[in-house]
This record gives sequence, structure tokens and C-alpha cells, in this order.
Amino acid sequence: MSNILELNLADLQKAISDKHLSAKEITEAYLQAIEQNSQSNCFISITEEKAIQMAEESDKRIERGEGLALDGIPIGVKDLFCTSGVSTTAGSNMLSNFVPQYESTVTEQLWRDGAIMLGKCNMDEFAMGSANTTSYFGSVENPWTTRAKSEKKLVPGGSSGGSAAAVSGGLAVAATGSDTGGSIRQPASFCGIVGMKPTYGRCSRWGMVAFASSLDQAGPLTRTVRDAAILLKSMAGYDPKDSTSANVSVPNFELALNGDIRGLRVGVPREYKREGTPPEIENLWQKGIDILRKAGAVISDVSLPHTKYALPTYYIIAPAEASSNLARYDGVRYGLRAQQTELQDMYQRTRDEGFGDEVKRRILIGTYVLSAGYYDAYYLKAQRVRALIKQDFDNVFENVDVLLTPTAPSEAFAIGENDDDPIKMYLNDIFTVPTSLAGLPAISIPGSLSNKGLPLGLQVVGKMFDEESVLKVGDVLESGVEFTLQEVGKQ
Amino acid sequence: MSLDKTMVQRVSQLARIEIEETQLETTARELNNILEWIEQLNEVDTEGVEPMASVTGHELPKRDDDVTDGGYPDKVLKNAPDRESDFFAVPKVVE
Repeated sequence: MSNILELNLADLQKAISDKHLSAKEITEAYLQAIEQNSQSNCFISITEEKAIQMAEESDKRIERGEGLALDGIPIGVKDLFCTSGVSTTAGSNMLSNFVPQYESTVTEQLWRDGAIMLGKCNMDEFAMGSANTTSYFGSVENPWTTRAKSEKKLVPGGSSGGSAAAVSGGLAVAATGSDTGGSIRQPASFCGIVGMKPTYGRCSRWGMVAFASSLDQAGPLTRTVRDAAILLKSMAGYDPKDSTSANVSVPNFELALNGDIRGLRVGVPREYKREGTPPEIENLWQKGIDILRKAGAVISDVSLPHTKYALPTYYIIAPAEASSNLARYDGVRYGLRAQQTELQDMYQRTRDEGFGDEVKRRILIGTYVLSAGYYDAYYLKAQRVRALIKQDFDNVFENVDVLLTPTAPSEAFAIGENDDDPIKMYLNDIFTVPTSLAGLPAISIPGSLSNKGLPLGLQVVGKMFDEESVLKVGDVLESGVEFTLQEVGKQ
Repeated sequence: MSLDKTMVQRVSQLARIEIEETQLETTARELNNILEWIEQLNEVDTEGVEPMASVTGHELPKRDDDVTDGGYPDKVLKNAPDRESDFFAVPKVVE
């Protein structure tokens, strides 16, 4: 059955419509792969019964000739999308006993279109991390550990680490993720797959466990750009239940993949050329530029002068919003409660036991920058710099259609590495955070292998709500780089 | 601006996160490292720049003030750590 695991989402759609494969066959193959690879720790919970039941329903619809777009497509769901009646932990002890009574809009739309839920994917606690090592449920192994014959177990990146490792390793054909500062794109880069963060407002945040509300955005992790286009179409759309959801129509993203980028203007931001970037990443970037030029794009050098301030800005705004969002975890209405006789003690003990170190660190930073006397100096300052960063992008997008950059400053590293130094860990998101602050759509495409045999990604950034150009350019890059995932489902 | 032990204690109290007395110094050092790194923002001239809270640019929509949801206390209380009939129960607050 290993050939089923090697098929991408679009292949599966064809195999289903040609009646070569049934939804149940596909789903069983994936459930078996998950069971055989439990040491990878990609899933926090596996919803086997539900998956089989959903597959049977898919098969019935297909038999009646009423097949839906995603019928028979088994996916992983990052464990911060609330799934009705299915444990949703956000990777935290705080929510280890939480069973939502409602469904997130994004997952509801995926089920509406026939997709099948395999389980809930591991992630950094409350999506705070870049290596999946802050999860209460343990770290996740990157399938490239085996592929590159690494002596040490490698991280899948984060925070959507379980989602990325599952898609790369053949434990799900696609998965949902969420991206606040790079949490879809960086793990996609580390695992050699495609990861897309849509424009802020494109997908509803309703039912997603909140980290930083002005930045959080759901998106797909897939093996190809076409698969990302297909999945995004189902995930996206206006939702009155999220007040920041954008009331714009959802195009058929797949139609944008026509390979024609003649005359398209591609900007290469000079501030992303940083000292200390490994030459193999520089080379990949150049390779990407050459592919796009050869396909008829017009390349130009552009400047985003406030780039270096994006990370420190992010590490004020995101913790500030997190400290406010996570104030709800008080042991009263849901989640963990530490038994105490005094109410104040109960709050404090609950939060001490429920949150891990990185989450506490960010709550403390956030509380500090929002506290009386420091609000102007930190929080308002960061919001002003954020405006300048957004302005930089607005300026360059007057003259170019998309930007091309590397996705991450390194390849996947070993589990435990960078854990002792928060700032070093934060630097993983140096190329992804600026676009998050500006709310722009961006995709990571696997481009090449490093000297150690590990995947490296390229990032394409577009204008607000111009996912189509991002996907179109991503598709051209994908054809040009000829990167292939090795031995899917054979770990 | 640098955080001392007293300030860490104050912030931890505001955040309702207990920090052991023995951990105060380490926490202060960790937070100061991050804050020092963040303070490079002081180099940026932001005179006259409006703070940006949202990238959407659209006004938050308003809906009619109607009851559109509710009526299922069991669902609402399903995850409650403790409950008394249709209420969340907490340790005694007032004597």
C-alpha cells in the first residue's frame, strides 16, 4: 500500500474520481502508516474511528455520484483548531483535558468538502516555538533524520511541527497549520514541503486557539503548490463570526497555476542578504532568481529598510497579545484547575502548572510591556514600527508584484539545540516575521538540499489578497527546482 | 530599562503566574536579555507615525443586538472543572 502514501492530494483526487482507489482504502493506508510511525510523535491524538466513518460517508457519496471536492482526502489538523467532541490541546498541559463542544470554521469547511480527519497534530505549546520542542506532549522527529542519515534526531521546525512532519513523512497527505510569525513556512522549509500563510483575514480564526490575534492565520501544509491551492480554497472564506475576517470572494486558486509569469515583476529585498547566511541558502536564492528570470519574470533589487526591526517588534506585539489572550486560562470554565482553597492561589497554581516555560516567558514579557508606565515605551513604540514595516512593503509593491527570499536562515537542527537561548530560537523566523507583521500572503517552496542533505525553502511574498500570484510563482519555482520528497511513508 | 527582582515579582503577580523565590533572579536575567535585544527599536524614528493595531484597514463590523446563540448550559459547562447545577463553581471568595 506504500504507493498510496506517495500520491499527493491532486493524484488522490484523480484516483478517486477514476475509481482506482476508495476513500476507505486511502484512509486505512494512512492510519496504518501513523500506527507504524508512532515514534515520530506527529499526532497528539489519532481519530481512527472518526476517520473510518468519514471515509465510508465519502465512499457513499462517490458511489451516488455526489462526490465532493475533498472526498477521500485524509488530513492532519493542527491541535489548535477546535474539533467538536475531539480533544484539542494546543500542545499544552493547560488544555490537556479540553474537549471542544463546537467546530472551528476552517475545519468545518474542510469536512463540508468531504475531507477526512486522521487526527490532531503535535505543535509547540500555544504555537510558541520554532522547533516543536515546547510541546507538553513531547518533541516531533523530522522524517529527514532518517533520509539524511543524521546521527541526532532533527526538529521539524515549529510551531506547526507535527503537521509538517506528518505531510513530509507520509502520515497525512496534507495538514492544516497556523502561522503567527512563520509557524507554517519555517516547518515546511525544514521538512521539504509546501507551506502557505494566506493574507491575514483570508481564513476565519473562529475556533482557533488564539496566540496573537492580529497575526494568527490558518493555512495549508502540503506536498505540492497545487495541493496548497486546492486545500486553501476549502479553508478560506468570509466568516461573520470572526470580526477580522475579510469579506472578499475566494477565487479558484488552482486556476492561477498556468505557469505564465512573463512580465511579472519580482523584487529581491537586499536587507535579506545577511552576514552569516550559509552559502547554500544564498545559492538556492540565486537559483530561484534564475528560474524566474528564465520563465520571463522581471527581477529587480528592492529595499525594505525596516527589516531588521521586524523581529524585536514582533517580540513585543505577539507576547502582548498572548498575555491578554491567555488570561482566559484561569481554571474556572475549562482546562486545568489546580485544587486550592483560596481563589487567588487557584489562579496562580493553575497557571504555574498549566503553562510551560516558553509560554510563561512570553506572558511575562507581554504583561510587562503592557503594564502602566511601560506601555508607551514598548507597546506603542512597537505598533509604530509595525506601521513603518507595513509601509516598506506598500512602497515596494508599487513597483513589483511579488518578493522572493529564503524561508529560514538555516536547515533543520537537532532536538535540544537552541533551546537554551530564546533569542537564538527567535532568529529562526527572521525572514518570515516581517510579512506576518504586514499581514501579507506568503508561501514556502522546497528548493534544494543542504550539504548535510536537508531541505531548504524559498519564500514568495505577495500583495494583500493576491495569493494567486504567490501560488503562480511558487508553481513555477517548484517545476524549476526539481526537488522531490524521498521515500514518503518508508521511515 | 531593566527588570529587577521586585519588578519581576510585580509582573508575575499581574500575570497570575507564580515564580518561586529561588527562580526570581534567573527569570529576571532571561527577561532582561530579551528586553535589551528589543530595545534596539529605540533607534527607529517614529515621530508622527500612527501606531498600527490591525493590518485589515476595515472598520470592525457591527451586528444587530439580537440573541443568536445559547440555550445549552450543558454544552457550556461540559469542560468545567467544577460545577453546581448550571453554574461554574470556584473556591469561596466572600466569607
